[in-house]
Amino acid sequence: MNLRGLSVLLYKELLRFYKVWLQTLLAPIITALLYFLVFAHALEEQVQVYSGVSYTAFLIPGLVMMSIIQNAFANSSSSLIQSKVTGNIVFVLLSPLSYLEFFLAFVLASMVRGVVVGAGVCLVAVLFVSLPIHSAMILLGFALLSSAVLGSLGIIAGIWAEKFDQLAGFQNFVVLPLSFLSGVFYSIHSLPPFWQAVSHFNPFFYMIDGFRYGFFGVSDVDPWLSFGVIAVSLCLLAAITLFLLKSGYKLRH
Amino acid sequence: MDAAITVNEVRKHYGKVQALKGLNLTIERGEFFGLLGPNGAGKSTLINIIAGLVRADAGGVAVFGHDVVRDYRHARAQLGVVPQELVFDPFFSVREVLRIQAGYFGLGKENDPWLDELIDALDLSDKANVNMRALSGGMKRRVLIAQALVHKPKVLVLDEPTAGVDVELRRTLWQFVKRLHRDGLTIVLTTHYLEEAETLCDRIAIIDHGTLIALDHKRALLEKVTGARCRLIVTLAAPLKAVPESLSGMLKQQEGVRLEFQLDKGRDPIMSVLDALRAAGGVLVDLQTEETDLEDIFVELTKRKRT
Repeated sequence: MNLRGLSVLLYKELLRFYKVWLQTLLAPIITALLYFLVFAHALEEQVQVYSGVSYTAFLIPGLVMMSIIQNAFANSSSSLIQSKVTGNIVFVLLSPLSYLEFFLAFVLASMVRGVVVGAGVCLVAVLFVSLPIHSAMILLGFALLSSAVLGSLGIIAGIWAEKFDQLAGFQNFVVLPLSFLSGVFYSIHSLPPFWQAVSHFNPFFYMIDGFRYGFFGVSDVDPWLSFGVIAVSLCLLAAITLFLLKSGYKLRH
Repeated sequence: MDAAITVNEVRKHYGKVQALKGLNLTIERGEFFGLLGPNGAGKSTLINIIAGLVRADAGGVAVFGHDVVRDYRHARAQLGVVPQELVFDPFFSVREVLRIQAGYFGLGKENDPWLDELIDALDLSDKANVNMRALSGGMKRRVLIAQALVHKPKVLVLDEPTAGVDVELRRTLWQFVKRLHRDGLTIVLTTHYLEEAETLCDRIAIIDHGTLIALDHKRALLEKVTGARCRLIVTLAAPLKAVPESLSGMLKQQEGVRLEFQLDKGRDPIMSVLDALRAAGGVLVDLQTEETDLEDIFVELTKRKRT
């Protein structure tokens, strides 16, 4: 394995989003905090989801995971589409990096951005409300696994999309609805039975529910089930991504 | 000599268009090789297949014996490619871009002296820490060449590197490329400036419609394709009423008092042409002879292929 090549591609991907930190790090943290302030202010007195847990506290893990999901996806997908549209993807394609090294560098960079933004949202949110931590390992595990899933999905979207609006479509019609309808703002037990059942087909629900378990030790479904669903999703998406990269689909025409 | 690049029965189609139709080609180590052809002939497709940017439908390409698909790591390590388009990464400075590109090839700080050498040789020293976005087109072109050389490849492929480049920069670039060639690099060049290919290349291949229509040493190509031909340009005092019948087969162009003939040196003596003109009432004011150049060959071959 070309480990130095892999680490340089990872470094380049990290440097890429770090150089525009206002847009890639600060902006999503501010957006998440705006959701937090608006929803917490509007619903704090009216909703209690878990006993002994305020709605404000309930909201934070969901917002943190939503930030992780959206930013991990945005990182790999936007990097790829930009490189394809501007043509500078050619520099990576001309190099002796393997498709596996390419995949690992892009996914790892997405994980870093997702986790950094998530940690930023979390750090600022705890200034407003105290939050218990049931298991730091579970939190970290769900954060890393979920960001890897979305990093991989971002590569697929970035490979598939030929124009920025196609990628925006993927983001607005797939990632955004799935992340909003995953229990960020509510427990699925508050939904009618039909929508509860539908929620179980949304892998983002398991990411948020398992992550929330890491804070409160309480969740809508067994955290092991959530862990299993995310792990299977990662394996599936990684397999598809590696297949696309190996075949050269839309990259090596 | 051993082969730097071997192209074996390569085929590629895009939809119904057959871009390459079973192309065979060998480029020897140390050659300065020219790849010519009209737009859409298949040159860039071939270059992209050699570089691994495009997958061939059939056939294979090897760089110093390493298959560009199965053994791509070794093949790409031997190959530096300067793309045709002026592409760049807008996030980074010149030095960052070069370090990153070298890093992909597994090279670290130990390669920095070579990067400094490239920066210096391509006159990029005062732009080394400038963001790529702030560079002029010519400077970006220099960076592309430096990027292709960061890993010290044995073969440098230049895909129309001087398109849209001003005369001075073009001259500087060719001096640099000639130096690389003298140092032992195999150079593969595609260009629309035929005089460049004529001046620089040892051997030339002409591709048209995905087929190799000529491949030989430059001189041999000139001789073989057009024979020992030359151009005779005659200026008369007044236009002729009619060009003599015996000269009509040689007449290439007629613009008033200026007549251009294409002659076979062995078969058509210049004196007999001049005699025929005089006999037809022509009064000679000036005459010029020119050797056939690559442009004539190019036009003739690609025209011949179409007809």
